[in-house]
Amino acid sequence: MLTLIGVLIVVVGFVLRINPLLVVVVAGLATGLAGGMDLRAVVEALGKSFIESRYVAIIWLVLPVIGLLERSGLKERARELVARIHVATTGRVLLAYMALRQGTAALGLTSLGGHAQMVRPLLAPMAEGAAESRYGELPEATRHHIRAHAAAVDNVGVFFGEDIFIAIGSILLIKGFLEQNGISLQPTQLAVWAVPTAIAAFLIHGTRLMLLDRRLARQSAKAITDVARADDEAATAPEGAA
Amino acid sequence: MISLEFLYVLMGVMVGGVALVNLLTRDNPKRYRNALFWGIYAVTFLVGSRLPSFISGCLAIAMALVASFGGLGHAKGDDAAGRAAREASARRWGNRLFIPALTIPAVTLLGTALFKGLKVNGVPVVDPKQLTLVALGVATLAALAIGMAMLRPPALAPVREARRLLDSVGWAAVLPQMLAALGALFALAGVGRVVSDLAGRWIPLDTALAAVVTYTVGMALFTMIMGNAFAAFPVMTAGIGLPLVVHRFGGDPAIVSAIGMLSGFCGTLMTPMAANFNIVPAALLELPNEYAVIRVQVPTGLMLLATNTALMYLLAFR
Repeated sequence: MLTLIGVLIVVVGFVLRINPLLVVVVAGLATGLAGGMDLRAVVEALGKSFIESRYVAIIWLVLPVIGLLERSGLKERARELVARIHVATTGRVLLAYMALRQGTAALGLTSLGGHAQMVRPLLAPMAEGAAESRYGELPEATRHHIRAHAAAVDNVGVFFGEDIFIAIGSILLIKGFLEQNGISLQPTQLAVWAVPTAIAAFLIHGTRLMLLDRRLARQSAKAITDVARADDEAATAPEGAA
Repeated sequence: MISLEFLYVLMGVMVGGVALVNLLTRDNPKRYRNALFWGIYAVTFLVGSRLPSFISGCLAIAMALVASFGGLGHAKGDDAAGRAAREASARRWGNRLFIPALTIPAVTLLGTALFKGLKVNGVPVVDPKQLTLVALGVATLAALAIGMAMLRPPALAPVREARRLLDSVGWAAVLPQMLAALGALFALAGVGRVVSDLAGRWIPLDTALAAVVTYTVGMALFTMIMGNAFAAFPVMTAGIGLPLVVHRFGGDPAIVSAIGMLSGFCGTLMTPMAANFNIVPAALLELPNEYAVIRVQVPTGLMLLATNTALMYLLAFR
């Protein structure tokens, strides 16, 4: 039971919003110590897997070129391009990207997307631009909400697309695990059962994107009537009664 | 043979450059702290493969301490002049700006395909296990070269821009690696075994439906704890999926395990422990709430988990 102390530390730390790096390090040390390792061994294990998992950081190599392009107006251009397409709405832009991401991931092309190389420089400005060209300047909170949705479609698309491809890590992991347990299956037999969930994911999240469009329209209609009402009140108020 | 080590050296040079530029950015009050944080990180890339594990562990702990006590900061961002210049530049370059950006995915794909069979004297040029990552690294270099040739910015612009973006991501850039280390310690201490024992002991599993629900929900919850469905799958499937859903109630193992894994992915949508998918993009998109992406994903995650549970129950026992 004591080995679960790390889980507890993580939950409490994240809820209290203590710096996650610190929370994770403390949870790791506590778990190792509770599991009966000595401090030196725990620090060694921490260091070893920190170094071994450096590959997850390789994605940051895109930052110099993305920054360079942003400095030259890439985001502004992406916004403008979308504003010119009259049928484009935030929800439709995000839906199109999700379809593309899910489709390419199903063909094994999981590297055709990602938050650093596609979402920040291209997708998020496009989704914001589509709303701006319809509703004018957006409130900061709406802008942030749209960006969060842009990050989410990348995740939903790739998670529920990649398992249809037979050579992806998760399918190979399942195959290997079942083999160890005496069940022999071909990757295609597994991948085919990822299809129903893939369709469900597209329908569920796609519906939510269409609802996002309706919400944005409602929000801007309300903002406009609010402004109009404020103008009316200002007009009818007696002069000098500010 | 080109392996990950080549990319690590590139990363080390870039992050080291970010540390130096930070040191020279006078309008950031936390520049020494930022420089120290990125400086240590650069060391783990440049010489990490040769460092004793104990030293690496101490460096990781030091980074966590630098980031949390006093915190990191970044220089003042955008001003009106900067925005006007960008808008002018956007008009000037038009759609050509997309060329370097789209070079990244294009060359990554092309590279992955081309590097596969490439051999000199029977030795593969690129480490066959790391094709995609090496291709990604090559693609970023190609995109940078095209961007520099096209836009002709000052020579230091890429490092300055990397500094701007990496500082806006901040400590979140390192979190996925730290979580991988936590996962390793969880595994060493046997956290998974304890969790599946608890689930098995406390939940009555005498109908197929109860077993299916426990397996799918358990996959999602355990993935949320571990931050990774790959870590949850062997534990939950050995604990509940195979012995109960498959062997006792006669579920089809292909359907049970495929949908079980996807139930784990629903958990991935809902946890800060999957930092590279959920926390890093919030930082990268400069969202004030680090849980903003998770919040958007939770409704989809829950609905899809319910769908997966229903699918497994309806499909696996035909």
